[in-house]
Amino acid sequence: MSKVARAQLALIVGFVALLELLTRAGVIGRLTMIPPSQMASHLLGMLRAGDLDSAMAQTFANIAIAFALSVVVGCLGGIVIHALPRLRRVLDPLLASYYAVPFFVFYPLLIAIFGLDRWPLVLIGFAFGCAAMVIATLDGLDRVPAVLRKVARVHRLGRAEEALRIVLPSAAPHLLGGLKLALAYAFIGVIAGEFILSGEGLGHAIAYAYDSFDNQTMYALMLFVVMLATSLNVALHVLEQRVLRRRRRA
Amino acid sequence: MTGDIAARIRPCRLLDTAVLILVIVVAWQALYEAVGDVAVTPPLATVVHAGRLVQSPVFWTHAQATVSAFAVSLVIVALGGVAAGLALGFHRFSGLVAEPILAALYTLPKVTLYPLVLLVFGLGLSAKIAFGVMHGIIPVILITLGAVRNIDPVHLKTARVLRLTPLRTATTVLAPAVTPEIFTGLRVGFSLTLLGVIIGEMFASQRGLGFMLINGINTHDVPTMTAVVLLIVLFAVSAGSLLLAADRRLHRR
Repeated sequence: MSKVARAQLALIVGFVALLELLTRAGVIGRLTMIPPSQMASHLLGMLRAGDLDSAMAQTFANIAIAFALSVVVGCLGGIVIHALPRLRRVLDPLLASYYAVPFFVFYPLLIAIFGLDRWPLVLIGFAFGCAAMVIATLDGLDRVPAVLRKVARVHRLGRAEEALRIVLPSAAPHLLGGLKLALAYAFIGVIAGEFILSGEGLGHAIAYAYDSFDNQTMYALMLFVVMLATSLNVALHVLEQRVLRRRRRA
Repeated sequence: MTGDIAARIRPCRLLDTAVLILVIVVAWQALYEAVGDVAVTPPLATVVHAGRLVQSPVFWTHAQATVSAFAVSLVIVALGGVAAGLALGFHRFSGLVAEPILAALYTLPKVTLYPLVLLVFGLGLSAKIAFGVMHGIIPVILITLGAVRNIDPVHLKTARVLRLTPLRTATTVLAPAVTPEIFTGLRVGFSLTLLGVIIGEMFASQRGLGFMLINGINTHDVPTMTAVVLLIVLFAVSAGSLLLAADRRLHRR
């Protein structure tokens, strides 16, 4: 284990221990927060009893669809916009302020269009994730060194070959960053959408517990969501580091 | 020569923007035709309603509540975020430790933490500000950190070779190197803080544009809801465009 990883672990363990101490000692009142150990045990109980199975299945499926759509549409969109500088100049201000728009307010509209099923939530997740992927793709394509494009011309590579051997490898770090963000945003969009407006899924379960003053369940679910987001993020971080390391060696 | 090109580009850019707006308006109208007025009002009616809203004092008390919460959040995000980002960037080890943790925090669906924020801060201004800061500060920290870390080592070596004092190094080498990226970070922070404040208002407040929105949704007041969304989007996009133009200028130097 590296020094950095040890420090991170110590930081996180220390923080949790501090919360445990403060809640147990009553510095933070029971109505505000319950001790992390109780959150964990309550969560384990719920998981074992299968209380969360249907909510989890619902939420994960929505996130997966939103993520896949974001990546495919975002990447293709990025390529098209990159190829049309004039379109890009017009769209830039929109992309730049994209994340200031609270997309949740379109949920009633989405329900009117798609009905009360999974698609409104998927589309909110997609709306969040897609722009991150478009921006990352544009960045990646911008950073392909001009000299490498020239190399491709000198070697008379075809378009497909240039894309595969020149563009993809040099844009890869940005694309990976885009994947990471798209997943995070799809996750945020779907769960936040459920939380605010839907009647199903993990996000809704938190809102329901909050509304019925069930602090135990609410904090257990929050812990669950936090751990889910963190483990997804760590997994992608490890993958990213591995790819970057291979590039550095090459 | 360059002036000539600029003169030719500008009308063309205006035309492009006009075309884009036209496309959006047409799509919006089409959407209305397809869905009907259960969830959206058509563009013209929305603009008219927004115009009426803008003249009413009630709107301005809400807008003022949002603006003041947003301003406080933004100051905290800018000062706190840049300071933390600089510290973590220059202290390499802390940066390495903190970056993945911050990135993980950034990916949390912060909306789900809103019960916690309410329990800690109570309803009202401080909860809104906390929400804005939660949304905006992490990207500012991460981008500032990245800016410091990506300073070209050659620049620092040059400063050493020229025997610049630490102060001169900071003002003539470091500051110009990191300023454009930090500005980009603040630009991103601006959008996300606005989003955070408005989401915070949707749940944690009886005042502000976010409250007007959620109230519109709950009472099925579609014209007001659509008009408020339009006004927020207009504000966000015009502020975003200005910041983007400034950002471009900084990066070009």
